[in-house]
Amino acid sequence: MTDIDTRRNPSTRAQFRRPSLSTSMRVTVRRAVRLVAIFTLGTVSALMLPMAAQARLTIEVTGGVEAAQPIAIVPFGVSDGLIPKEDVAGVIAADLTRSGKFRPMPTRDMLAMPSTPAEVDLRDWSLLNMNNLVIGRVEQEGEGYRVSYVLYDVFRGNQIGSASLSTTAGGLRLTAHRIADQIYEKLTGAPGVAATRIAYITSNGRGDNQTVTLRVADADGYNPQTIVSSNDPLMSPAWSPDGRRLAYVSFENRRAAIYVQDLGSGRRDLVASFPGINGSPAFSPDGQRLAMTLSKDGNANIYALDLLSRELTQLTDHFAIDTEPAWSPDGSQIVFTSDRGGSPQIYRMAANGGAAERISAEGDYNARASYAPDGKSITMVSRVNGQFRIAVLDLQRGYTRVLSNGSLDESPSFAPNGSMVIYATIAGGRGVLAAAAVEGGGNQRLSQDAGEVREPAWSPMMK
Amino acid sequence: MIPILNLFSRPRMLGTAAVAATLLCVGCATTAPPPPDTQPAPTSTRPLLPPTAATSPTPNPEPQRPTYRGPWEDPSNPLYQRTIYFDYDSAEIKPQYLDVIRTHSAYLGSTTSQRVTLEGNTDERGTREYNLALGDQRAESVRQLMLAEGVTQGQLTTLSYGEERPADPGHNDNAWRLNRRVVIQY
Repeated sequence: MTDIDTRRNPSTRAQFRRPSLSTSMRVTVRRAVRLVAIFTLGTVSALMLPMAAQARLTIEVTGGVEAAQPIAIVPFGVSDGLIPKEDVAGVIAADLTRSGKFRPMPTRDMLAMPSTPAEVDLRDWSLLNMNNLVIGRVEQEGEGYRVSYVLYDVFRGNQIGSASLSTTAGGLRLTAHRIADQIYEKLTGAPGVAATRIAYITSNGRGDNQTVTLRVADADGYNPQTIVSSNDPLMSPAWSPDGRRLAYVSFENRRAAIYVQDLGSGRRDLVASFPGINGSPAFSPDGQRLAMTLSKDGNANIYALDLLSRELTQLTDHFAIDTEPAWSPDGSQIVFTSDRGGSPQIYRMAANGGAAERISAEGDYNARASYAPDGKSITMVSRVNGQFRIAVLDLQRGYTRVLSNGSLDESPSFAPNGSMVIYATIAGGRGVLAAAAVEGGGNQRLSQDAGEVREPAWSPMMK
Repeated sequence: MIPILNLFSRPRMLGTAAVAATLLCVGCATTAPPPPDTQPAPTSTRPLLPPTAATSPTPNPEPQRPTYRGPWEDPSNPLYQRTIYFDYDSAEIKPQYLDVIRTHSAYLGSTTSQRVTLEGNTDERGTREYNLALGDQRAESVRQLMLAEGVTQGQLTTLSYGEERPADPGHNDNAWRLNRRVVIQY
């Protein structure tokens, strides 16, 4: 048996170490463990039922899993009588599946359900062609839990990661996302985004009877929270770099205005309500300025508002439409959409304004660009053969790649690790969200039971 | 300056209309067939105001419509036609809608206490914020023409909804045609 390091978790080792069993007894124990696991899953499902009424986003992975790595995430063990509010292993498995880079083994195919290092026989998992194995436990700790896990490299036969995390009862799901991100980073070298959030707009009804809502949910669609709801349109949610505020456009009281709302307190500030357009808010990377589009002087131009001093600086001055500003990650440049050349194209200028150069080369419609976190590429909406699709333009090589295949795809937003782009599309005549892997891999569809979903904005990394 | 249009004393201004149409439509794309409007563009020369409405503070004469606010709500009145449709990705006013704008300009010119909001809208194709700017351009086109017709600045407000308030939620040509519009909102 492989030597297992459980130094971070001595109590677990002491409590759950068992003498080795004969083969027949091991099978019996395995079955018993599986029954416990099924019971636990059933309880979790029942507990989740009230969530369904909250119009949660459901996520369906729609392809790209062929190249994904096989990994086994064994249902986490629990101490006697403990029924955690979440199926931690299930949450981790779903997170890794959504990344498109992993293909977790179905629980029903598992021949053993170890939850401590002593119970692990890596030969079992090697025979099942698993590259990696994750086991773990959830223990009561005060009013909350202590969650520990161990990650194995099955072929090398060693442990390559482990941790023990404390959480409140309500934070168990977020803890599972954090473990998923640790596993993702250990195995891919890049940070994971399971513990991030997505802002989006939903709408039900039409005209004077419509309800438009700005929501924020976890990256897996859970915990949807209403930020603001209105009978008039809401649009263009934009995250502050610290993930604590959202800027958005509201038409409440039949006026266009930009608000900045603190997600913790719910407090919001009206930051722009000029005659004409008040649109396209975009926080600078230092969080101190908000770029926006105003048409107060007759046509759409780009401005930057200092959020502290409220000083407004005009950045473009052109009779054409200039809109959809987005800052480079280092804050030195702004890309924007302009039809100054006859059709909407992407231009780039210094962040304090001045001369602009066109950077989108192909096609007769390129709009709503935003930078990848590394600043080396932008994602944008491109019209390809009359269809509006999501594209990524490599700024260094000048190479454009189309990521989507809808006809009215829009509002692309990079995940904060740059691995995926989330965007809005239409499926079955209804607005839904989709996510596509930038370098190949998984695709997802995110939809609600009823109503339209649009304008996704992926949060920055949450501290 | 284009003279103030007054349908009461000068009901027909075809010459001016034709000149303006020519000027405004330089560079217009091929005109798409007009959408199935609920009411044809007004060509009538009869008075715009019903005998008792708008000039009198007397209680509403129509019990069926307790919220009657003005002649634009009367289907038999030319002011009832309050929607101007546009070609794709264009903010140019098509000649068939000049009379609609003039009719409202004349009413606003004679009722200077009345204010309107010009609501610009687009179809769903293209990005939302670009469409917000396009809807703004459409509303601005109508505003400029109304100013030229003598309406005062203080009577006119523009508000672009972009693609956020479609008249028809469909994802097809017919819906798109109905959604590319400016609504004169009293």
